[in-house]
Amino acid sequence: MKILILGAGQVGSTVAESLVSEANDITVVDFDGEKLRQLQDRLDLRTLAGNAAHPAVLEQAGIADADMLLAVTQSDEVNLVACKLAASLYNTPTRIARIRSADYLERPEIFNEDNFCVDFSICPEQILTDHIARLIEFPEALQVLEFAAGKVSLVAVRAVEGGPLVGRPLRALRTDMPKIDTRVAAIFRQDHSLNMSGDTVVEAGDDVFFIAATEHIRAVMLELRHMDKPIRRVMIVGGGNIGRRLARALENNYQVKLIEYSKKVSASLAAELTNTLILNGDGTDEKLMQQEHISDVDVFCALTNDDENNIMSSLLAKQGGAHKVIALINRSAYVGLMQRGNIDIALSPAQVTIGSLLAYVRQGDVEVVHSLRRGAAEALELVAHGDRKSSKVVGRRVEEIDAPKGATIGAIVRGEQVIIAHHDTLIEEDDHVIVFVNDKRMVRKIENLFQVNLGFF
Amino acid sequence: MRRALTVFHALGLVLMVFSIAYLVPIAASYIYDDGALIDFLMAMAWTFFVGLFMWLLTRKYKGELSIRHGYLLVVGMWTAMPVVATLPMLLMLPELSFTDAYFEAMSAVTTTGATVLTGLDALPPAINVWRHEMEWLGGLGIIVLAVAILPLLGIGGRQLFKAEMPGPMKDAALTPRIADTARNLWVVYAVMTVICALSLKWAGMGWLDAVCHAFSTMGLGGFSTHDASIGYFNSPLIEFVMVVFMLVAAVNFASHFLAWHGKTLKVYLYDKEAQATLGLILVSCFGIASFLWWNDIYSEFSTALRYATFNVVSIGASSGFASTDYGQWPIFAPLWMLFVGCIAASSGSTGGGIKMIRTMVLFKQAGREFVKLLHPAVVDPMKIGGRVVTNNIVFSVLGFIFLYFMTIATLTFVLLISGMDFISAFSAVLACVNNFGPGLGAVGPASTYAVLSDFQTWVCTFAMLVGRLEIFTVLILFTPHFWRR
Repeated sequence: MKILILGAGQVGSTVAESLVSEANDITVVDFDGEKLRQLQDRLDLRTLAGNAAHPAVLEQAGIADADMLLAVTQSDEVNLVACKLAASLYNTPTRIARIRSADYLERPEIFNEDNFCVDFSICPEQILTDHIARLIEFPEALQVLEFAAGKVSLVAVRAVEGGPLVGRPLRALRTDMPKIDTRVAAIFRQDHSLNMSGDTVVEAGDDVFFIAATEHIRAVMLELRHMDKPIRRVMIVGGGNIGRRLARALENNYQVKLIEYSKKVSASLAAELTNTLILNGDGTDEKLMQQEHISDVDVFCALTNDDENNIMSSLLAKQGGAHKVIALINRSAYVGLMQRGNIDIALSPAQVTIGSLLAYVRQGDVEVVHSLRRGAAEALELVAHGDRKSSKVVGRRVEEIDAPKGATIGAIVRGEQVIIAHHDTLIEEDDHVIVFVNDKRMVRKIENLFQVNLGFF
Repeated sequence: MRRALTVFHALGLVLMVFSIAYLVPIAASYIYDDGALIDFLMAMAWTFFVGLFMWLLTRKYKGELSIRHGYLLVVGMWTAMPVVATLPMLLMLPELSFTDAYFEAMSAVTTTGATVLTGLDALPPAINVWRHEMEWLGGLGIIVLAVAILPLLGIGGRQLFKAEMPGPMKDAALTPRIADTARNLWVVYAVMTVICALSLKWAGMGWLDAVCHAFSTMGLGGFSTHDASIGYFNSPLIEFVMVVFMLVAAVNFASHFLAWHGKTLKVYLYDKEAQATLGLILVSCFGIASFLWWNDIYSEFSTALRYATFNVVSIGASSGFASTDYGQWPIFAPLWMLFVGCIAASSGSTGGGIKMIRTMVLFKQAGREFVKLLHPAVVDPMKIGGRVVTNNIVFSVLGFIFLYFMTIATLTFVLLISGMDFISAFSAVLACVNNFGPGLGAVGPASTYAVLSDFQTWVCTFAMLVGRLEIFTVLILFTPHFWRR
C-alpha cells in the first residue's frame, strides 16, 4: 500500500516505523528536515521537507497515486486542510487526520464529505487519557484494552502470591468460577511466552493476559491477586495535553493534585479545572512531593513531555511512598528498562495509540488493533465475512481454523452477545472475532484468514 | 477650571433632560386636582432654564469627557439633582427647611427611603408621586452608572458583574455599546415596573398607591404614601406581591435582560450572585420567623413568617418598607436584618450596600488564604460561576471594604459627637450608607429622621450619597491626585 504520512512527530514516526515493517511504501512530509533525516537513517522510506498543507508539496510527495493519507502534524488546521486537498484535488481514497481540539471534535459534521473530507479522525491524547483512566479504574491491571465498543476486554495482570489461582493449573479457573467464562490468551514468564494447556501452572510474577466480558474482569483479576484498596488520591505531574485531559476526566471521582512547572500553564489549568488542586512546581522536587503527602498518594502519573523527568519523578514518588506509579515514556528502550523496575507501569504513548491507526491500514475488515508488549504482540478485533465456501473461518469451529501457532481466538461478539471462544465454538458470518497474537509476524496470516476469497464469486 | 466648565456644560444638559421628569407629577396634579399644578410647572421651568443657562454659558467649553470628568459629572449630578428636586417641596410645604427638603430629595434619588416628613397620607398626590418617581429614577440611575461609569474605576460595576456571569452568554447578549446596554436595561426596568404596578392594583391598592409603590418597590427605595408604610394596607397579598418584586429588583438587571432577551430562565442558573442573594434573604426570613415564634412574639408561626418575610426582604434587599414596628422585636432580629441589608443586594441591581458579589469575593479570598497555608505551591485563582476573578478585582474589593467600614465608623463617631445614642447613630449610618432607610432606636421604623438636628441631617445626607455612589466615586474627588494635572 502507498501511504503518505504528514508530520514526523512522535505519532508520525511511530506509525511510519510500524507500517514500514509491514511492507508498505511510505512517504513522510514534515517542516523539519533534520527530523526527516533521522527518520530516513533508521527506516526504509522516502521523506520530503515542506509545508504539508501546500498542494505542490503534496503532489511532490506523490499524493496522486497514494492509497492513504495520514495527516498527523501538530496542527489540527494543517491536517484538516491536507485532507480537504487530498479529497478535492487528488481523490485519495482514505484520509485520516489527527484532531486534538475538542471544539472540532464536538462538531462531527465538519469532517464529512461536504466539508473537510476526513474519513477518520484520531486524537492520540484522548486515547492515551482513556487508557490511563482505565488503569486507574482497575488499579490491579497492567493493561485494560477494550473491544467491540467496550463489551469485551483484554486484561493484563501480574499474578501475585495469595491469588487463588496462583500455584494451580489453569483448568482450576473453571471450577473456581463456574458462572464466569474467561479465556487466558497468553502467559508471559520472564518475558517469554509460555505454551499453554489446561495443565499450565500459574506462578507468582507471571503476566497473565485474559479475555472476558468487561463486567467480569474484576472477578477474574481476583483469581490472580488480592484486590487493592480503591483509589482515591491521584497525583499527576505535567499539565500538558494528556495531564490536563486526565485531570478533567478524574477530578470529579478522585482527589486529584496536578504539578505543573510553568506558571502560565498552571494558571490556565487552574482556570479550567474545578476540583483539581493545581500546584506550581517541579515534578522532580521531592520536597514538594513530601509537602503534598506523596506517601498517601494511591496513583502517581508522570505525564510530562520529557522521558527522563517522568522516570525520575516516578522513582522519587515510589521512594516517597506512592502506592502505584505510572510513567509516560516515549523511548522504547527506556520502556523495557523500566517496566520491571520500580515503575509499576511504563506507558509508551506510541504503543497505546498506534493501534487506532493500524486498524485502518490492515487488510481484511479489522475493527480494532491493540499493540502489546512494545509492539511485539498484538490483539485484533476482526469481522468475519462470507460463507463456508468463500471464507476460511465462517461456518467453522475454532479448532478447525488453520490459525498459526501463538494466535489465540479469545472471544466472539455476535450482536450484543459476548461468547468466550472454546474449541467447539462455531463462527458465524458478521461475528466480531477477538484474536490475540503473541508474535506480530503472524498478524499477516491472521488477516489473510479473515479475507474473503474472491475466487469463489 | 476648564475641566469644571466642561462638566458644567454636560450638567446643564442633564438638568434640561431631567426637567422632563416633572411631567409625571404634573399629570398626577392635573388628574387629582390637588392645587400643586402651578408649583410643579414653575419648578419644571426653573430646572429647565437653569440647565439651559448653564449649558449656553459654557458652550465654548464643550468637549470630550475624560475619566476625571466622569467622576466630577456623576458626583455633580447626584448633588445637583436633589437640589432641583427640592423645588416643588419647598414651594408646596412652606414649613419645610431646605436642609430637610434636601435630605428628603437625596433620600429619594439614592433610593434610601428615609423620610423627615410626617402626615404623608395628607400630602398632595403630586408631591407623593414626585417623591416616588425620584426613587425610581435613582434606582435606574444607579444601574446606568454602574454600567456606564464604574468600569473606568476598575471596581465593582461591570468587571464584577461580568465576572459573575460566565462564558459567552453575557458577552454575546449584552450589547457592545454602553448606551445600548443602558437603554436595554431601562426597558426591562420599565416593563417590570408596569407589571408591578398592575399587580399591586390587582392586589387591592388604588391607582395612585399602586403606581407610587411600584416606583419605590422596583427602585428598592422604601418610600410609602402612608405614615404606617405598608402596615397601612394590612394585606398579606400586597405584602406578597411586594416581596416578589423586591426580590426581583435585588437581582442583577443584566440577568433579567439576558433572560428576557434569550427567553430562557437558564441565565439565573449561571448567576451565582443572584442565587446567593436570594438564598441569604430567604434563609434569613425563615430563621427570623422561627426566632420570633420561639420567643413568643407571635403565637402563630404563619403570622411570624408573614411579618418576618416582608420586613426581612424589605431591609435585606435595602428598600426600607415596614409592615410592623420591627424595632420592638428582640434585638437579634433587627440587627440581623441590618446585617443582611449590608451585603445581600446583587451588583447591578437597584439595591445598596456592599453587594453580594464583593461578599463572595472576600469569602473566597479567605478560603484561598487557608488553601495557600496548607499548600504553599498551589495555583488557585478565584472563580465565581466558573469564571476567573483576577487579583486586581480582589484587591479593589479589599480597598472598597476598607473604605466602607472606615466610612461607617467615622460617620458613626461624628453622630456620637453630635450627641446621639450609639444604637441610633450606628443604625442611622448603616441605614443611610446602605440605602435601606429606617434604622433603629430614635430613627426606627416607627419614627422618622425629623428628630435629627440640622448637622446630623447633613451627615446622613452625605452618608446616603457616599453609599449610593459606592464610596470611591465620591471620595476620589477628595484625593490630591484627582486635581493634579
